[in-house]
Amino acid sequence: MFKKDISPGSKSKVKSSVQRAIRTQLVQTYPLLAPHIDEIIPKKEQLDAMKIPERVTLYLIGPTPLFYQHMTDALLPHLKLVHRFPTCFPSIRIDRGAIRFVLSGATLMAPGLTSTGGRLPSGNSEEKGGYGELGGKGEEGKLYWKGDEDDDEREDGKEGWYGGRELEKGEPVVVCAEGKREACAVGLLSMGTKECKEKGKGPVVEEGHYLGDGLWRLVTE
Amino acid sequence: MADVEAPLEPQSRHVVYCGVCSLPPEYCEFGGTVKKCQDWLQKNHSNMYERLWSEDALAAATSTLSLDAQKRAEKDAHKKALKAEAAEAKQAATIKSSKVIIKRVERNKRKFVTTVTGLENFGLENKKVAKDLGKKFATGASVTKVASGGEEIVVQGDVSEEIEEFFLEKFPVIPEDNIELVEDKKKKGSGAGG
Repeated sequence: MFKKDISPGSKSKVKSSVQRAIRTQLVQTYPLLAPHIDEIIPKKEQLDAMKIPERVTLYLIGPTPLFYQHMTDALLPHLKLVHRFPTCFPSIRIDRGAIRFVLSGATLMAPGLTSTGGRLPSGNSEEKGGYGELGGKGEEGKLYWKGDEDDDEREDGKEGWYGGRELEKGEPVVVCAEGKREACAVGLLSMGTKECKEKGKGPVVEEGHYLGDGLWRLVTE
Repeated sequence: MADVEAPLEPQSRHVVYCGVCSLPPEYCEFGGTVKKCQDWLQKNHSNMYERLWSEDALAAATSTLSLDAQKRAEKDAHKKALKAEAAEAKQAATIKSSKVIIKRVERNKRKFVTTVTGLENFGLENKKVAKDLGKKFATGASVTKVASGGEEIVVQGDVSEEIEEFFLEKFPVIPEDNIELVEDKKKKGSGAGG
């Protein structure tokens, strides 16, 4: 969506009623964000909206980009926000081989997720979420993963993402990468995670926001 | 490192971004300016450099890929680096060769306007610069399209020398030699003739 560089548009202030609506919408879409919402959008702070091409609106406070929204789709977090609050968003993980394609703006395909390095939600709702190498624990996290080689073993309930819940088509998702601590992309699922596991091919996240794209490089000063 | 990763703390994490390619350092390898990024990281965050670029880390990172895939990735990275280099060189060349032309145009006997062209090549935005100029000189300053394509800034009044000084001070990207002051006499001639 943001393959080309974006020139910063003019910022406009968001009405306080709209700002409140956005807050509630955020908490609804990302329940885990609820404890942090006051830190992300303090009640007293003036939220700004910036119009960028392709009918996308970017919400920011001061120079910090927070969320972007295509028309009236779900609010998607800017990657800088994901890096600040990594555990608050549903996430999937891609294998190492897929990173370079994602970072050049390719559509995320299922094999990158179903292979050894990739992770999808286990479907076990008891579990707590994880992120990247398990909340950035680095080497320890890696050891933890080593046990599961096959994607059939996903059912053994070892790993969990965002409560382990299966994600539906159209849900926002954060894409992490094998061996990396930070997330590398954000987007809307164009295929449910369950279907993705069953089919094992086809596009999963189309038209996302990834590291180094126009939105990432956008100067919001 | 401990303060960088505290995902469960109520405060947000602070993430270090590479000063060269703006990505988180662990993604620098995909950016095309790997060498520069490495230097930058070593200088500014040496402990992170150790973690990311030490032999062990590299070995661990590549071990999961098949040989074939590794080769392909390497080739790709190489291509990307070359591309980035070429783009940089090209930009340097355009900066060297392009000129900012500040022209004084006679509007009506003793009244002048000043036009500025060629700022785009230095990565400046005409609209913003026009606004700045208008503020600085307290005159009207607008961006107009030129018949030959492209845009120019029109500032009311004869402020060519002041503009030059202002540019030199405010936009160090523009070398002094690349600013040219021109006095447009053509209009005067035609005005006298008609």
